[in-house]
Amino acid sequence: MPPLIEVRDLRFRYEDGTQALKGVNFRLDPGESVALLGPNGSGKTTFVMHLNGLLSGEGSIQVCGMTVESRNLPAIRRKIGLVFQDAESQLFMPTVLEDVAFGPLNLGISQQQAVDHATTALETVGMAAAASRAPYHLSAGEKRKVAIAGILAMDPEILVLDEPTTSLDPPAQRSLAELLASLPQAKILVTHDIPFVQSLCKRAAFFQDGIIAAEGFVEEIVSRFGWGLGLERSKSRI
Amino acid sequence: MHHVVLEHWSRGSSPLHRRDPRAKFGALLVFLVVLATAHRSLPLLSVALMALLAGVLVWGRIPLLGALARATVVLPFTLVFAGVCWAAGDPARGLALLLKSYLSALAVLTVVSTTPLPLLLRGLETAGVPRFLLMVAQFLYRYLFVISEEAQHMRVAARSRGGATRDLATQPARFRAAAGALAVLFARSYARAGGIHRAMLARGFLGHFRALGSLDFRGSDAAFLVTASLAPILVRAVIERMA
Amino acid sequence: MEAVHIYDGFLSTPVWAAMDAAAAPAVGYIVRRAQRGFDDSRVPLLGVMGAFVFAAQMINFPVGVGTSGHLVGGALLACTLGPAAASVVMCAIIAIQALVFQDGGILALGANLVNMALVGVLAGYLPFYLWGETRWRNLAIFSGGALSVMVSAMLALAELLFSGVPMPGSMLGVSLGLFAVSALLEGAITLAVVQALEAIQPGFIRIPAAGRSFARGAVGLAAVLLAAVGFLFASAAPDGIERLGLLTGAAHSRTVIRSPLAGYELSFLQTPWVRKAGAGLAGVGLIYGACLLIGRGVARRRSA
Repeated sequence: MPPLIEVRDLRFRYEDGTQALKGVNFRLDPGESVALLGPNGSGKTTFVMHLNGLLSGEGSIQVCGMTVESRNLPAIRRKIGLVFQDAESQLFMPTVLEDVAFGPLNLGISQQQAVDHATTALETVGMAAAASRAPYHLSAGEKRKVAIAGILAMDPEILVLDEPTTSLDPPAQRSLAELLASLPQAKILVTHDIPFVQSLCKRAAFFQDGIIAAEGFVEEIVSRFGWGLGLERSKSRI
Repeated sequence: MHHVVLEHWSRGSSPLHRRDPRAKFGALLVFLVVLATAHRSLPLLSVALMALLAGVLVWGRIPLLGALARATVVLPFTLVFAGVCWAAGDPARGLALLLKSYLSALAVLTVVSTTPLPLLLRGLETAGVPRFLLMVAQFLYRYLFVISEEAQHMRVAARSRGGATRDLATQPARFRAAAGALAVLFARSYARAGGIHRAMLARGFLGHFRALGSLDFRGSDAAFLVTASLAPILVRAVIERMA
Repeated sequence: MEAVHIYDGFLSTPVWAAMDAAAAPAVGYIVRRAQRGFDDSRVPLLGVMGAFVFAAQMINFPVGVGTSGHLVGGALLACTLGPAAASVVMCAIIAIQALVFQDGGILALGANLVNMALVGVLAGYLPFYLWGETRWRNLAIFSGGALSVMVSAMLALAELLFSGVPMPGSMLGVSLGLFAVSALLEGAITLAVVQALEAIQPGFIRIPAAGRSFARGAVGLAAVLLAAVGFLFASAAPDGIERLGLLTGAAHSRTVIRSPLAGYELSFLQTPWVRKAGAGLAGVGLIYGACLLIGRGVARRRSA
């Protein structure tokens, strides 16, 4: 099966001269869930922003068989949905329904179809009852779910989530993990939350200094780079 | 906070809430013009118009006393001028200022407390207000509380670092600190706008906002517009004829 | 009181109607200028920066003992977002203030928009436009802040006086004095924030458009100041206008119109208003001309 995402030798430099990505190679197959781990500033978020063309660097990126370049962006942004860390900046319309329908409306379909897509997406994430509420009044977990609904409404094949458990209490984290586990799309999770990752992903890629230093099973990567909390070691000391 | 209360009231349900925002705004304009151009029998007219507004508020299931209290925001400014009028020997004019400004504010409150602001803004588009401006106002309203909360946090943080001394000697430093806080808030707001724009692009934004749903101007809205517009006109005509 | 929001009930019918009529096309024009080439992509930035200005009111700047002031924002927005975008943001702010907070009237909205969002922002930007790249930069930014508040206040006072709101000379003097203090404070705050912003990220502050015309900018600034002062003078000294009217022969046009509405007091059809309004509209026209001059000048340079 052809990969959903294929990245070859991706390099990117910010305006101030920082070389954020120094030759990243990456591949995502249909139905996979991959975690992107690594220190802050190692290029994880910069990398995912290339996948839907928000940033553009050198090298080649293919998403669902299309090269990521400006003429393909509308189609690509339909296939790959990005959920950012700050949910408040993603729910910018006056009501939940209007916000979730924003994506479908941009695809050029009719208002009624957009409402239908939005309603279905809200039901999938369990937030249908909040359709006419203002986003400001929702809890952090609810906002995260509505943001995901906003992406699901466009019927993507790939979900990318940047730090999805930020500000979520454990029940909300569990709820989110259950939701994500139930979704059939391929997923990329950029996160520091190891337990969350372990419940959802088999594979992980470790970013370090602008490249992927290693890829493999989640447990391997975590223990190789000491990326867990180290509680397993302290337990054996007792 | 004022706009939080208004936001809450505007999401209520009543026959008035269900009216088309354009009908409500049109009736509001008629009311305001009738009031603004009135010069005779103002005290009596004011009582009659107040009763009219109170009736509408009750019909809209808005807490009457709360609304009457909130309209008093105009009073500080107006009382100063009313005082000057009284001192200049023209108390009638001072009274006119008080009555007109208070009733106008109450009338606006009646419409805004029974119409969610984004809906009202959309209604204004029919009146020819540029859509770009209305969208800016909509986004402003959406992030008003968010950014205000950030500012509040910064204020608290500054205070807990000892910024509350009233010493004149520290004023230049505190002035600079406040400017620094504003600059940080500016930068954060600017960055947030960038984040919003990225989120919009990520969901296929191509440069133009499309409206979801259209406003339906029904028979009941037309009936409301006609009735609500005629009411203040008739009230004034009757009162001025009586005088 | 840093910025004067006029409530309904203060302005006489000819004044609020004329200001609404003046504001409508001006707002349409400035929106098209702000939007040019940007489609709707700038909406989030302008909206969020409008929310910023609101929130900025919470940050207190200590002045003297026990008092403090806050940012009004027109000049700061103009130096960072550009004058057209700044005007649009101020329009949105004033509209939200009137609708949601009842801070300012609806019939008086035109007047408030002209005072604060249009002329006020222009007055706040022109010094920066003229001297922003010279060694007088700091003074230019300070003056912009001060002028934006002062000009807005003067126009508001003029409109109130034109409407017949009584203001004894002493009260006028005290008001102008208070506004002058507010104006100086706004200048100081604007400059302080601009400097703090440059320390964070120099790119925030615009560079006045390359190819700008100093002559047109200077004419614009002179026109704005002349109009503001002239407006106020004309409204506060109606006798002068009467004499002017007699001189020009306008006094002979005493027409009394009988209409079905004769029972209502149509004060705006009486002759003294015609002369006063003429002066007022001339002032507004002067400002319009200034804006169009500058606008065309900038546009021509850019397309060249």
